[in-house]
Amino acid sequence: MVSSQFRQKLGTRLGKRRHTKYKPGILRLGLGLLLILVGAFLALPVLSLFLKSYAGFSLQTLKDPMVVDALSLSLFTSAFTVVVVVLLGTPISYVNSRFDYPGKEVIDSLIELPVVMPPAVAGIALLMAFGRMGVLGQYMNAWGLSIAFTTLAVVVAQVFVSAPFYLRQARISFEDVDLVYEEAARTLGATPVYAFFHVTMPIALNGLISGAIMTFARALGEFGATIMFAGNFQGRTQTMPLAIYTAMQGDLDVSLCLALILVALSFVVIALVKMFTRRRIPRHVRN
Amino acid sequence: MVLLASVLIISVGICADEPELIVFCAASLTGAFDEIGQMYEDSVEIPVILNFDGTQAIRTQVEQGAYADVFVSANQKHMKALMAEGLVNNDSVVLFAKNSMVVVVPKDNPASIDSIDDLANPGVKIVMGTKDVPVGSYALLVLDNLASDPNYGPDYKDKVMSNVVSQETTVAFVVSKVALGEADAGFAYQSDVTSELSKRVTKIEIPEECNVVAEYPIGILEESDRFDEGEDFINFVLSEDAGAILENYGFQPI
Repeated sequence: MVSSQFRQKLGTRLGKRRHTKYKPGILRLGLGLLLILVGAFLALPVLSLFLKSYAGFSLQTLKDPMVVDALSLSLFTSAFTVVVVVLLGTPISYVNSRFDYPGKEVIDSLIELPVVMPPAVAGIALLMAFGRMGVLGQYMNAWGLSIAFTTLAVVVAQVFVSAPFYLRQARISFEDVDLVYEEAARTLGATPVYAFFHVTMPIALNGLISGAIMTFARALGEFGATIMFAGNFQGRTQTMPLAIYTAMQGDLDVSLCLALILVALSFVVIALVKMFTRRRIPRHVRN
Repeated sequence: MVLLASVLIISVGICADEPELIVFCAASLTGAFDEIGQMYEDSVEIPVILNFDGTQAIRTQVEQGAYADVFVSANQKHMKALMAEGLVNNDSVVLFAKNSMVVVVPKDNPASIDSIDDLANPGVKIVMGTKDVPVGSYALLVLDNLASDPNYGPDYKDKVMSNVVSQETTVAFVVSKVALGEADAGFAYQSDVTSELSKRVTKIEIPEECNVVAEYPIGILEESDRFDEGEDFINFVLSEDAGAILENYGFQPI
């Protein structure tokens, strides 16, 4: 929470900056042009998707079994992934935001790793670990638990690549919660668990939700690790990105239809994340 | 920014001016054409740029405007489609090799598959190509042939298909999933079982009367501006030297 004095100071400084005079001219023109160029470069591919699919698109394509199967599989696995990540990731993020423990640096780096790791590397790494001949997989296989080519393998790949997005966001959100509130709750007799659920969580909630949405989006888009680790089978492991790739080589309309659905979902994700990050502190807590 | 853009444009321009032959090639030919391309490059000093993927994938690329000089297909269907669309020069197309299908199983054979019969056993994990990739459509043909053979019975195909756990987009993925031991069996080409790979997989032969002959056509694209070089390359692919390489890889040169 920003003190009013500080806000005033900040305001005047910003105000001064804003009134700094500079000559409008080549610089402004150049920057304007650059903005238009970048905007066009980013918008054109998305627009082209709509323009190109307009010709062959029909509601019939939406009912294509490949589209229906891929859509429902993708939504199911991504939602499942989010549930797993939120349940396991929230306590971990809280611990990482509040406490120091030996090996924390290592854990931190491991959490960041899948973000920078190319998906193909993630795919082969998962195979080497959980595949039938894998380091752990061979024992799992002996116990009759074989996950390759199953929907579970899709979830495993999605959790691996998308968990960091929630873990990072959740940790930052918890760090943003001033310790004063937690301590106040404790002095008023709240147990740590009560304080967490009734004070810390509500304040951090918007950040947690936007983290969960980012994880959902990343899981929805997961391609490389899935096709290598889970295989490609309609209704079982063929998620939307895999269906787009497969259909592009046969029925382009199906491919474009799925791509449009994913574009629409991406816009929804951006809008939701913007909505939740704009107001970080819920009103009832702030008052 | 403008400077950067102009540097990029100029460098692209320079690259395009250098004589080179861009060959889009079916994934099953990867080993053989790597060698053939190298040999050709050494003899005529024109760099050969090879782009390997499932035939249906490189066909889509050509249809969407990708530039290539020569197109090599793993079946007649995709080549004929490109010819019908006016993308491939009809007179340039020739068959240069044949191939046939085989079933591959991992060396330790976890599902104990000793013959084609065993593919119908419940619980066997089979990988094959999608219906669009040639190796997948050939596998479906083989299964149709087997199902109409009284030795296997009409429900043989359904039983095998219910064991399919993944449909891959190139034959390379099919083979690697088997070689890694992830799958119990896969439908691939004879030519895929190279000496290197035979350390990791075992072949199960498909009865000859039920097998299919995969035919490989090669042709020059209409938009190519290196028609003569393309023709020269095709002649080289048809030569005895290239034939020997193809044979090494398990193809039957024509």
